[in-house]
Amino acid sequence: MAKDIQKDEITGTDTTGHEWDGIKELNTPLPKWWLYTLYGTVIWGLAYTVAYPAWPMLTSATPGLLGYTSRGELAESVNQAKEGQKAQLEKISAASLEDILKDPEMLAFARAGGAAAFKVNCVQCHGAGAAGSAGYPNLNDDDWLWGGTADHIYTTLQHGIRYTVSADTRDSQMPAFGADGILKPEEIADVSHYVLTLAGEQADAAKAEAGKQPFIDNCAACHGEDGKGNADMGAPNLTDKIWLYGGSVEQVAQQVTKPRHGVMPGWSTRLDDTTIKQLAVYVHSLGGGQAAVPATQ
Amino acid sequence: MGSGSLVQMGLWVLLAIIAITMGAKAEDAPFAVHMFIFAGAAILALIFKARSFGKPAAETTGYLDGVVRWGAIITVFWGVVGFLVGLVIALQLAYPDLLTNIEWLNFGRLRPLHTSAVVFAFGGNALICTSFYVVQRTNRTRLALGNLAWFVFWGYQLFIVLAATGYLMGVTEGREYAEPEWHVDLWLTVVWVAYFLVFFGTLLQRKEPHIYVANWFYLSFIVTIAMLHIVNNLSIPVSFFGSKSYSVFSGVQDALTQWWYGHNAVGFFLTAGFLGMMYYFIPKRADRPVYSYRLSIVHFWSLIFLYIWAGPHHLHYTALPDWAQTLGMVFSIMLWMPSWGGMINGLMTLSGAWDKLRTDPVLRMMVISVAFYGMSTFEGPMMSIKAVNSLSHYTDWTIGHVHSGALGWVGMISMGCMYHLIPRLWGQKEVYSLRLVSWHVWLSTLGIVVYASAMWVSGIMQGLMWREYDDQGFLVYSFAETVAAMHPYYVIRAFGGALFLVGALIMVYNLYRTVWGRSPVTQNVGVISAAA
Repeated sequence: MAKDIQKDEITGTDTTGHEWDGIKELNTPLPKWWLYTLYGTVIWGLAYTVAYPAWPMLTSATPGLLGYTSRGELAESVNQAKEGQKAQLEKISAASLEDILKDPEMLAFARAGGAAAFKVNCVQCHGAGAAGSAGYPNLNDDDWLWGGTADHIYTTLQHGIRYTVSADTRDSQMPAFGADGILKPEEIADVSHYVLTLAGEQADAAKAEAGKQPFIDNCAACHGEDGKGNADMGAPNLTDKIWLYGGSVEQVAQQVTKPRHGVMPGWSTRLDDTTIKQLAVYVHSLGGGQAAVPATQ
Repeated sequence: MGSGSLVQMGLWVLLAIIAITMGAKAEDAPFAVHMFIFAGAAILALIFKARSFGKPAAETTGYLDGVVRWGAIITVFWGVVGFLVGLVIALQLAYPDLLTNIEWLNFGRLRPLHTSAVVFAFGGNALICTSFYVVQRTNRTRLALGNLAWFVFWGYQLFIVLAATGYLMGVTEGREYAEPEWHVDLWLTVVWVAYFLVFFGTLLQRKEPHIYVANWFYLSFIVTIAMLHIVNNLSIPVSFFGSKSYSVFSGVQDALTQWWYGHNAVGFFLTAGFLGMMYYFIPKRADRPVYSYRLSIVHFWSLIFLYIWAGPHHLHYTALPDWAQTLGMVFSIMLWMPSWGGMINGLMTLSGAWDKLRTDPVLRMMVISVAFYGMSTFEGPMMSIKAVNSLSHYTDWTIGHVHSGALGWVGMISMGCMYHLIPRLWGQKEVYSLRLVSWHVWLSTLGIVVYASAMWVSGIMQGLMWREYDDQGFLVYSFAETVAAMHPYYVIRAFGGALFLVGALIMVYNLYRTVWGRSPVTQNVGVISAAA
């Protein structure tokens, strides 16, 4: 081969004497910086394996001089976080919701903690901004199906709504006036128009008038004659123009015919009491929270 | 000719009968569809064989270039398909309601279609066709084992069709970059062994004393992919008449096997194979000797040795034992220089020929691809460092990293090679329009830069939002908020991908004009060159 070695004119380097389909190779030595960087990474790598868990042995691996484990690292940062919040969490744990609402420092902490828990557990239904969507209540307004004081919200959070796992869950059923044949379709249409007039929405005046009596006979027991609802049994206020399942006459009629009953899980089996308290404070603070003793109506 | 052909025809008949039987007894519709595709392919092969039966043997003195010509066309075709599907799923990420009403085209099915189309259909065909071209030229011998190379070509297309139709029908093994189910895996194994036999057989009958470096890389790619494919896909079918199977591994062993495969698909498919391409086409195009023979030896062996251990860096901070995470990271760091050895040899081969970058956009495309190779092989080791990985993992940063490698390195070196190869395969001196090549080069480069930077910003933002705490020690963002924040970057990314696709369409037009309706002007296509 040696006979084929040539000097490359441009670089002044010898070729190796090989040639394939016109391609030759220069016999350039390894670039020094390249070689030393390679050695450097190898030395660093070996040192790293001495410092950290690395080489597998028969039953376990070398633990490394630094005593590092990723479980340990996680436990340490979790502990650190817990330690930082410990004092505040203990205060909240011992305080009543009323006390928390009155103490600016506890209130700020509980709102932050509630917001964090909300983002993990509640946004799936109620949305990142707690604005809800069709079938899922908006928590920013002052319309509360089951009551809007911090205590009401706390109870709802603990036991959920129609959540059969919890014996204390909030529960109520609206009869299926159409599906069960309690009202005729025409009566349901009339009642629906009447319900819209309760909220001051556009409706057929004649039909609404015809729907008044069936409303009083069938609906007022829960929703009240004035249609303002009853939070004790989760009967929605029909006068506030907030419609969980839509506010067109067809949508209202659909709900009267065969009501949908939303379910919310109770959280006391999944979250600790302090977290639920913080969630209650956070949701209460979103804009529509009611004072503990509502004004007499 | 006679009896050998009869045996082959008998095998096709047998395969068709088996496929039809299994298709008739199939327990799920996709399996039936696949078996009838198998049967159809076998019958086509039988008809093809029968039509040539008894005819005089074809000329076999020169290089076997027909299969390379088909390979080059199909590479360009699958490339455009893969890029297009990529653009569609990028738009689906930016606008999640896109195409959700068509079950075959939801993101979950199109995503593996995209990755497999670009990696295995586009990249795989580019590798097979250039390796067949290069191994013949650098060993001055025709491909070994008669028409087996044609079986490899068509068998590989059949694999692609089975994989792609499977994804669209919802058939998946759920192993990233190895989604096809067991029956398709078995077929690929047969094809891949044939590929190895053709390539290795050709090396054995070489007319050169030494084996050129490009062939080392191609061979390491073929051998290692065989090993990775077989081990990663070890699984037990629920029924031999159904498409579902379960991996023999479970838990963290399964995850590690998956990423041992996944990372080395990057290492040996997308790196070693394409370095083989680079080692032939860059010195050829630049008309300069390879920069350093010694570097090629040292970086080849160090790359081959180190790459295979780096997979665990995909499983940092998981149930994978700490020691395996450490080793995965350390081997990835040590891989930095071996990877860069290829970049140095690619770039420095241009010393004395840098001026050609001004006049030759094909060489420019190859050089830009090597630059992207260097960038992503630096970024990779950096991201394998656990402290960096704790921020980058599971974010779009990884997607950006992959695409600067896949679009930049794999895509541009392949398309650069096609610009060089296709005119020569059809007896033309040069591609139809170098001006259009130049447009393609800059559109692709711009597209990749837009894509990668959008993903860097998006990924780092995403990672920082996930770990953002307020002064009370509570997490600040919900997951949905981090997704919403990424929307503008998803739109920008789709725009970058669209630029890349437009460049590829310009290439299609350019290559079509190069090949179609022009008579050869050079005379030596397929003639074995004289000894140097």
